[in-house]
Amino acid sequence: MTGNQIMFIVFSAMIVIFSILTVTSRRILRAATFLLFVLISTSGLYFMLNFQFLAAVQLTLYAGGIVVLIIFSILLTSHIDEKFESAALLKKVYGAIASILGAVLVINTLINYTFVPSTEAAKDINMNLIGNSLISWGEQGYALPFELISILLLAAMIAAIVVAKKIKTN
Amino acid sequence: MAFNIYDLTSFNQSIDKFLYDNLPSFWAMIVEMTIIGVAFLLFYAVIGLFLVYAERKVCAFIQNRVGPNRVGPYGIFQTIADFIKLLMKEIIPIRKADQFLFNLAPFIVIIASFMAIAAIPFGLGLHAIDLNIGIFYVMAVSSLGVIGVLLAGWSSNNKYSLIGAMRSGAQIVSYELSVGLSMVTIVVLAGSMQLSEIVEAQRNGWFIFTGHVPAFIAFIIFMIASTAETNRGPFDLAEAESELTAGFHTEYSGIKFAFFFLAEYMNMFIVASIATTLFWGGWMPLHIGGWEGFNHVMDIIPPFFWYMGKTLVVIFLMMWFKWTFPRLRIDQLLKLEWKYLLPVNLFNLILMALVVLMKWHF
Repeated sequence: MTGNQIMFIVFSAMIVIFSILTVTSRRILRAATFLLFVLISTSGLYFMLNFQFLAAVQLTLYAGGIVVLIIFSILLTSHIDEKFESAALLKKVYGAIASILGAVLVINTLINYTFVPSTEAAKDINMNLIGNSLISWGEQGYALPFELISILLLAAMIAAIVVAKKIKTN
Repeated sequence: MAFNIYDLTSFNQSIDKFLYDNLPSFWAMIVEMTIIGVAFLLFYAVIGLFLVYAERKVCAFIQNRVGPNRVGPYGIFQTIADFIKLLMKEIIPIRKADQFLFNLAPFIVIIASFMAIAAIPFGLGLHAIDLNIGIFYVMAVSSLGVIGVLLAGWSSNNKYSLIGAMRSGAQIVSYELSVGLSMVTIVVLAGSMQLSEIVEAQRNGWFIFTGHVPAFIAFIIFMIASTAETNRGPFDLAEAESELTAGFHTEYSGIKFAFFFLAEYMNMFIVASIATTLFWGGWMPLHIGGWEGFNHVMDIIPPFFWYMGKTLVVIFLMMWFKWTFPRLRIDQLLKLEWKYLLPVNLFNLILMALVVLMKWHF
């Protein structure tokens, strides 16, 4: 077994174990912490594939941004003694069936799909390439999606300000 | 095995070759990783001890006191004695705390700072991993530290800890923007995110000099924002001892408290390292165009000492801040970031882009 394979097994085992713990934990902040571990292991996989940009994005946006926001809102709203009630048996059974069906579907697709190994040389994905394709509108440009997303973000920000703004009554 | 203090690349390569010749490649890799890990651990401990001592001495001189002066000459062994005391102290278990998260939090804080230090260039050939997104990676992993602070505050089951953690969360999430934007300003000037290339681009002049006004503004914003990010005074609201006892680490004792303490100083070191690398030329010696003799004299000092010297000057600046300015209130803190630093920073970024496009820089 090569080092790469061992690392892959470690990372994917962590992802699977912590994903299960995230949905089964009955304390909300522990669930958020396990989610954090899932996201960090995923970025570990990206680092292993040498796709460092995506790995760092995964760390800043998901682990450093979204999980911090989740934890922050838990801090504001819940107390340490609170525990989720255990779900009803019927719900557990339905949940198990749904997740097993989903897993079967995904694994079945993966096994039946013939992956054609590419003979193309690996591209050096540097920041210049990513930056240029984000703002170019040519063959491989992403200018339109980039601008659309920025409009969406602007709308979301304005909406957040409007919602949070106090209305003067008198 | 040629050991050249000015360029350690060949020395490292000879160790690498020696290991790969004598061991199977998998084990050679493991041994290399272990060597680097142990080296960083040692470095971490030494720097931590030194910085605690330096902080106490600097604080003492600013307040017109003597500072530690009993253990060893000038009290230089004081922090070692303190560290032994912390190791021997009882670790008090908190019965009503969330044990798992309570024990996990110090490790998250310390691992985040440990990951960041791996990507920092200490000298020619003294660079553990040279990622092509170097500066972005450092920012990404150092943003994980706040999670440890938040978890520590919540799981302690103590109102002071919780308030401290919430303040620290609000503070770090907002000041991260300013740190990131001031880094981006320099990335625009350097044209690369790879730390080795950023250092190399400063061979003929450090960015703080060649980047004109925008680089200088970026440096000031970076210093303010990163002092806030490391939870140090005048932004130490998260552990404001006069109002919150000790903030998020009130309930921690013994070695777990030492972890938080050490991580704070290491974060300060990392921030100072980034400031050195981005603005003050990293390990590059001071060169002045045309002064051949002067430049040769400067080249005699090895890169590592240049690097450490500059970093220590920046650290001294941060300590000076801490002991000079009074602590801000939380609303003042957020106002400073969102109403002043962020707009200035965005404007500064455009200014820097203009300077680079018009080739006004040297």
